[in-house]
Amino acid sequence: MTDIEKYRTLFCNPNWDGETLEAADEVISRIGKEYLKLKTYPNQIEVVTSEQMLDAYSLTGLPTSYPHWKFGKDFVLNQNNYTKGRMGLSYELVINSNPCISYNMENNSTCMMLLVIAHACQGHNAFFANNYMFLDWTSADSIVDYMSFAREYILRCEEEYGEEEVERVLDAAHALMHHGVDKYKKPSKVSAKEENERLKKLTLIKRENYNELWRTLPSMPDVQETSTSDDYRFPKEPEENLLYFIEKYAPALPPWKREIIRIVRKVAQYFYPQGATKVMNEGFATFTHYHIINRMFDEGYVNDGFMLEFLKSHSSVLYQPEYKSKFYSGLNPYTLGFNIFMDIKRICQNPTAEDKQWFPDLIGKDWLEQVHYVMENFRDDSFILQYLSPKVIRDMRLFTVVDCEYEDEYEIGAIHNERGYRRVREHLSNQYDRASLVPNIQVTKVDLHRTSKLHLTHYIQKDRRLDASSAKDTLDHIRFLWGFPVELHSKNKLGINETSFEVK
Amino acid sequence: MSHIIDRRKNDRGKSTGNRQKFLKRVENQIKRAIPDILSQESIKDTKSGGSVKVPVRGLEEPHFRHDPKTGKKYIVQPGNDKFSEGDRVPKPKSGEGSGRGKGSNSPQVTEDEFTVVLSREEFLKYFFDDLALPHMVKKLMESTESFSMRRAGYTRDSVPSRLNIKTSYQQSLGRQLALRGVFEKKLKGLEEQLAKTRKKAEREALELEMERVRRQANTIPFFEDIDLRYNNFERVPIPVTSAVMFCIMDVSASMGQHEKDIAKRFFTLLYIFLTRQYKNVELVFIRHHTEAREVSEEEFFNSRESGGTVVAPSLKLVDKIMRERYDESWNVYCCQASDGDVWSKQDALECKNLVLETILPSIQFMAYIEISNKERESDLWQAYKRISNDDDFAIRHVYEPYEIWPVFQGLFRKRSETTK
Repeated sequence: MTDIEKYRTLFCNPNWDGETLEAADEVISRIGKEYLKLKTYPNQIEVVTSEQMLDAYSLTGLPTSYPHWKFGKDFVLNQNNYTKGRMGLSYELVINSNPCISYNMENNSTCMMLLVIAHACQGHNAFFANNYMFLDWTSADSIVDYMSFAREYILRCEEEYGEEEVERVLDAAHALMHHGVDKYKKPSKVSAKEENERLKKLTLIKRENYNELWRTLPSMPDVQETSTSDDYRFPKEPEENLLYFIEKYAPALPPWKREIIRIVRKVAQYFYPQGATKVMNEGFATFTHYHIINRMFDEGYVNDGFMLEFLKSHSSVLYQPEYKSKFYSGLNPYTLGFNIFMDIKRICQNPTAEDKQWFPDLIGKDWLEQVHYVMENFRDDSFILQYLSPKVIRDMRLFTVVDCEYEDEYEIGAIHNERGYRRVREHLSNQYDRASLVPNIQVTKVDLHRTSKLHLTHYIQKDRRLDASSAKDTLDHIRFLWGFPVELHSKNKLGINETSFEVK
Repeated sequence: MSHIIDRRKNDRGKSTGNRQKFLKRVENQIKRAIPDILSQESIKDTKSGGSVKVPVRGLEEPHFRHDPKTGKKYIVQPGNDKFSEGDRVPKPKSGEGSGRGKGSNSPQVTEDEFTVVLSREEFLKYFFDDLALPHMVKKLMESTESFSMRRAGYTRDSVPSRLNIKTSYQQSLGRQLALRGVFEKKLKGLEEQLAKTRKKAEREALELEMERVRRQANTIPFFEDIDLRYNNFERVPIPVTSAVMFCIMDVSASMGQHEKDIAKRFFTLLYIFLTRQYKNVELVFIRHHTEAREVSEEEFFNSRESGGTVVAPSLKLVDKIMRERYDESWNVYCCQASDGDVWSKQDALECKNLVLETILPSIQFMAYIEISNKERESDLWQAYKRISNDDDFAIRHVYEPYEIWPVFQGLFRKRSETTK
C-alpha cells in the first residue's frame, strides 16, 4: 500500500521528472500486460522539445532519413503553422520499430505524460506488434538501421554523382511513392529443385487424369499465332507497383539510381500499413489509454483531480465537430475507432436484440479476446465494414452525401435508420479503402522491340478521372526514370480509352 | 525493459540540412521577392534583425491523383440533424465552397499561405548575393596601400639603427676564434723552428717573425664589416577591415518626408552592405542646408530644418573629417542624397570640383542619388554628370521606394573584372 501511495504522490504532482516517467512506465506496462494482455515491443521513451518534435514531424517520426528538400519543406510548413499558432504539436509521436520509439513533448503535464505513455507505448506499440498489416509489410527490427543505411547511401551518391542528379531521381521516385507499394505478396522464386518437383507432380496428375475422350475435342485453329504474340508481350502480367517495375526493368538506368528507387520503395512500403490502419490504430490506442488510466484510478494510483484532467484531455482528443461546424474537417479517426472498439466491448457484455441480429458472433464472448482478434486481423476498410454497428452510426448520426459530377445538387444517400445502416457502413468502408484514394494505374506493356515505350493503363473506377496537370507532371518524372517515352491511357469499365497522356 | 531517454539536451537543428536544400530550391523566388520586401518593410525592421517572410509557390510534388470534380462520390459525415434519405441539397457555387461534401480528411494549407521565414543572416546572403562594391574586391585582395613591417631574420646591409648587437657579436666571436687559430698555428711552427736552429741570425729573424705574428694576433679587430648583422623587416600587406561611410543629406525645406524616407533607405542599404564586408564600419552623418553640420543618426533622420541649399560646405566638411580622423588605412565610402536644388550654379560647380579634386582621390566610392521626379535635370546633377563614371562615382535618380533596389543593384553590381 505504501508503494501505491508513493506512486500517487508522484503522479498527482503536475511536475514530472525522470523518476515519475519510470514509475509511470512501470505501472502502465504492468496494467497493459496483466489487465489488457498486451504484447508489445520494448519501449524507448524519448522526451523532446518542441523543436525536436518538429524535426521528428518532418521525418514522419523516423530517427533519421536521407536528405531531401521535401523534408525541409515539411519542416518549414510545420514550423510556420506552429509558430503562428495555427497548429498545435501532438503530445506524442510513435514509430513502428523494435524497440518502439516514442517522442513525448517536454511540456506535457504529468497527467498528459501518463496518458501519452499509455496511448503510445502500450496502445500503438501493441498495435504495431500484433496487427497483420504491420507484421506482413514492415520489419520493425530493421527499419532504423535501414534508414541510416539509406542516409549514408544517398549522401555517398550526392558526393559521387552530384546533388542535383540525386535530387532529380528522388523527386521522380517520390512522385510514384503511392504506386510503389506491394499490396499482395509476390510469389517467392522457386528453386530448380522445387520447379522440377512441381513439373513431376504435374505430369503425374496429368497421367492420372488422362482420358481418351479429350483427344476428340477439336483444337483451336490459330492457337499457334496467339501464343507467339503472347511470348512477345512484356510484362506477362500487368504490374501495379510502378516503382518496382522501373527499378527492375528500366532499360538504361545505372545501378545507383535503381538502389535509390529501391530505398524510396521500401520507405513507401513501410508507411503503407499506417495509411491503411489510421482509424484502427488511433481507436485502439485511445481504447487502451482509456482502460489503463481508469484501471490506475481503480487501483488508487491517481486521485480525482488527476482524473478530471485526464477526462478533459481524453474528451478533447475525441472531439468530433458536426458536419456544419466551422471546425469540421472530416471524421475524427480517434473518435470513430474508439467508438467502434468500445461498442465491440459493449456488444460482448450487454448485447441488445439488435446486436444479436447484427453480431451473432460476438454475443457472449470475452470482450478482451474479441478486441484482440479485431486489432490483429483487420485494417480500416474491413474493420468498418465488419464492426461499425447501428448503435455507433446512431450515436454519431452518420449520414451519406452523394456528390455526383453531373448534378447540381447533393443527394442524401442514407441516414442512421434501419434502411440506411448497411449502406452508411459500406460507404464509410469504401471511403477508407485505399483504392478510392489512389488511382489504379498499372504497367500493361513495354514495347521491347522498337521504342522501349512504357505503356501505363489507368482503370477508371466510379467515373473518377485523373487530374490532368498532375498526371502530366508525374509522367514527366516517369519519363526521366524510365529513360524512354511513356504513355498513359485511362480506360473506363468498358475498356475504352477515355483520355491519353504521352511523354515522348 | 523500457528505456527512457531525455533528448532535450541533444543537438538542435536536425532539419537544418533539409531546410537548406529547400531554400536552395526556392532561391530564385526569394531573390525576386527582395525588392518587394524592401519597399514594404520599414528600414528599422531591415536593420534590427528579426525575420523576413517570403511567400513561395510552385512546390507541389506531383503524383497521380483523382480529379476531385469527377465521378460519383459517397461521403459519410457526422452529426445529421435534419436530413432524411433522398433529400436534395444544392451544391455551393463552384469555387467558394463551404467545404461540405468535399470529405477531405487533411486540411491542406494552400500554397498562397506558404511563407518562408528567413533569418537575418539568410536574408542578407540573398540580398547581397550578386553584388559587390566596385573595386572593393580588388582592394581587399591586394590591399596594396596598407602595409605593416614585420621582422624577418637578419640582413648584412642596412642602417645603423637596426644593428642587432647580439648576432653581430656572435659573428665577431667566431671570426676572432678562427683568425686567432691561424696565428697560433703559425706561432707554434715558428717556435718549433726556433728550438731546432742554433744559428743566431736565424734565431733573431725567427724571433722577429714571432713577434710580428704575436702582434697581429693581438690586433684582430673586435668588429669588422662582415660581422655586422642588421634586423631585417619585410613589408606585409594587411587587409583593411575598417570602413567609414559618410552620409550626406540635404535637409533644406525642399526635402519632404518622402524624400528623406527614400534617402534613409538608401543609406541603410549601403550600411548593411558595408557591415557585411568590413569588420568595423563607422558612420558619419552630415546634414546641410545652407551650412553643414555633423549630427547623430537620430538627429540626421528625424529633426527637420528649413532654409536654402548650399551643398559645397558639406563636402568640405567631409574632407576635413576625413583628414582629421580617418587615415589611409580606412576604406571611405561617401553617399550623398539630395533633391538636386542648389542655391546657384556656382555652388554646383564648386561641388563638382571638390568631388573631383579632394574627395574622389582619397575614397573608395561615392554615390549620389537625386530624389526627385522632375523632368528637368538639376544644376547639381548636370555638374556631377560630367564627372560620374560609375566606377568610383555613380549618380542615379530615384523617386519611389521600389526604385531603390534597382539603383542599388546598378551601383554595386559585381563586375567581372573586379572579381578576376
